[in-house]
Amino acid sequence: MRKFLRGGYLGLLLTFLYAPIVVMIVLSFNASKSRAKWGGFSLQWYQKLFTDTAILDALWLTLRVALIATVVATILGTLAAIGIHAMKKKRANVLMSVSYLPMTTPDIVTGVSLMLMFVFVFGLVYRVSVAIGHPVQLSLGFGTMLMAHIAFDTPYVLFSVMPKLKQMNVNLYEAALDLGCPPLKAVRKVILPEIMPGVVTGALLSFTMSLDDFVISYFTSTTDNNLSMIIYSAARRGIDPSIYALSTLMFLAVLVLLIIINKRSALENVS
Amino acid sequence: MSRENALINLIGIHKSFDETKALDGIDLFIDKREFITLLGPSGCGKTTLLRIIGGFESPDEGQLLFEGKDILDVPPFKRPLNTVFQKYALFTHLNVYDNIAFGLKLKKLPKAEIETRIKRMLQLVKMTGYEKRMVDQLSGGQQQRIAIARALVNQPEVLLLDEPLGALDLKLRREMQLELKQMQQHLGITFVYVTHDQEEALTMSDTVVVMNEGRIQQIGTPKRIYDEPENAFVANFIGESNILSGTMIQDELVSFAGGEFECVDSGFGEMQPVDVVIRPEDVMLVGEDVGQLTGEVTSVLFKGVHYEMMVQVGDYSWKVHSTTMQPAGSKVGITIVPFNIHIMHKEESSHEA
Repeated sequence: MRKFLRGGYLGLLLTFLYAPIVVMIVLSFNASKSRAKWGGFSLQWYQKLFTDTAILDALWLTLRVALIATVVATILGTLAAIGIHAMKKKRANVLMSVSYLPMTTPDIVTGVSLMLMFVFVFGLVYRVSVAIGHPVQLSLGFGTMLMAHIAFDTPYVLFSVMPKLKQMNVNLYEAALDLGCPPLKAVRKVILPEIMPGVVTGALLSFTMSLDDFVISYFTSTTDNNLSMIIYSAARRGIDPSIYALSTLMFLAVLVLLIIINKRSALENVS
Repeated sequence: MSRENALINLIGIHKSFDETKALDGIDLFIDKREFITLLGPSGCGKTTLLRIIGGFESPDEGQLLFEGKDILDVPPFKRPLNTVFQKYALFTHLNVYDNIAFGLKLKKLPKAEIETRIKRMLQLVKMTGYEKRMVDQLSGGQQQRIAIARALVNQPEVLLLDEPLGALDLKLRREMQLELKQMQQHLGITFVYVTHDQEEALTMSDTVVVMNEGRIQQIGTPKRIYDEPENAFVANFIGESNILSGTMIQDELVSFAGGEFECVDSGFGEMQPVDVVIRPEDVMLVGEDVGQLTGEVTSVLFKGVHYEMMVQVGDYSWKVHSTTMQPAGSKVGITIVPFNIHIMHKEESSHEA
């Protein structure tokens, strides 16, 4: 009886977690538009997806933002980690705490505050440009979304790289200098290869975070929509099964990325 | 203390970390081809001094002359010396060959030259055939050999070694001590060696520098450091000693432990308080009625080569090493020949030994 209850509890939990996703994936292959009856297996919604220009534009935007944000955040985060690692313990601890805060802040707070900052700066730019006589009216779009993504991706890189730096032999950098290597070259030839696993994990995490972000993107871009924003607005208009297909693809993409990240950290811990 | 023709001159080096003084006025010269060892307990400043020579720390005060020129402003990657670090600090993303080639490639040496030099180095450290191995597949002793090869292949004028054998087991450490000494003599390079192991220091060095609390306690040959310790700290740190409070009655006559003894030291003045150091192996046990002092054996330990006996004389317990055993409880006499009585000035700091 106890065994049954325990099993039932786990089953219930998993059902709650995954049933919605399973239903969505099944419906994305349903030939009928109805949510209530099975009209046979079909790929038509996937076909429709790849002919819908709004969705293709959003896909392109999402990938561009995710790629550029990942590259920039990986560089910034890695350099920041190396810098903080070289600092005295007290200062380093303060900086790490400060960097940790954005990761725990609710997305909606991050989104609203970033939007406020962008709008405030744009207002300043407008007033100055009017004063000069060349009015410039900036708006929330690709650029601001990209900046926001870089901002929330960077701490993930920092926190992936830092443990690798801490594991590193303390004399490694000095050993490179000792053998005649100037400081910057020593970072490139010795430190970077040693911490590379952490850098790659950080980059993968960044890419995943950017790929499926909705809340922060929603607040920091009005003219350009990424995939999550398209799904959100489509769902408000009345849902079309091609949205199930799109959501299924995004779920799979993120799933694959997370599996890769987990496998990597598991391998790291073994070695 | 500086000397004109010395290879390295350290003059008035001071260094503090936050509030703690790491080095407090170090003057030291190092000759070409010398094997010099900085010896002391952990925290005595020996590693800091080595790191200053290597360029990884800069002193708050003082000068560091290399062949007469101050090199404190020269960054570590331009100094004509190489270092073997405590935990090897090998590059784990490179194989053995590329680790050793690291410095040579930076110097843009031709490939053929790099190859021959590495081949010769691997022969020297007895690691021929390991070129393609990754360093994390090697044992501690093998990694140590590669670290030494990586430093020596650059043909430095000075090799700095920071407790290089600290992580190895005793047998391997003894072998490596011999090999390092042979390498140093064979290559004719100056070695500056840091260790807290007094036996290691005495075995390998031409000159031993005993340090404590950021100051040099004594500089000398291993034999001199052992036979003629200048103060109670050195006597205690190098080997085992009986250290007693005494009074220098006049030149070549000292009183301690309730007796008067002839000795060979002079120049301390009359009726001056001094410390008297006598090595356990220099204490001779004789018949009860013929000794200069009499006491009772309180304990006997078998140590392999010798017995270690504690002999109670008055309120001082003498440590005695001898190959012949006197049973515990027996009354014995103690004799010490004048040559083996070492007199030292009293130190300000306490030394309850």
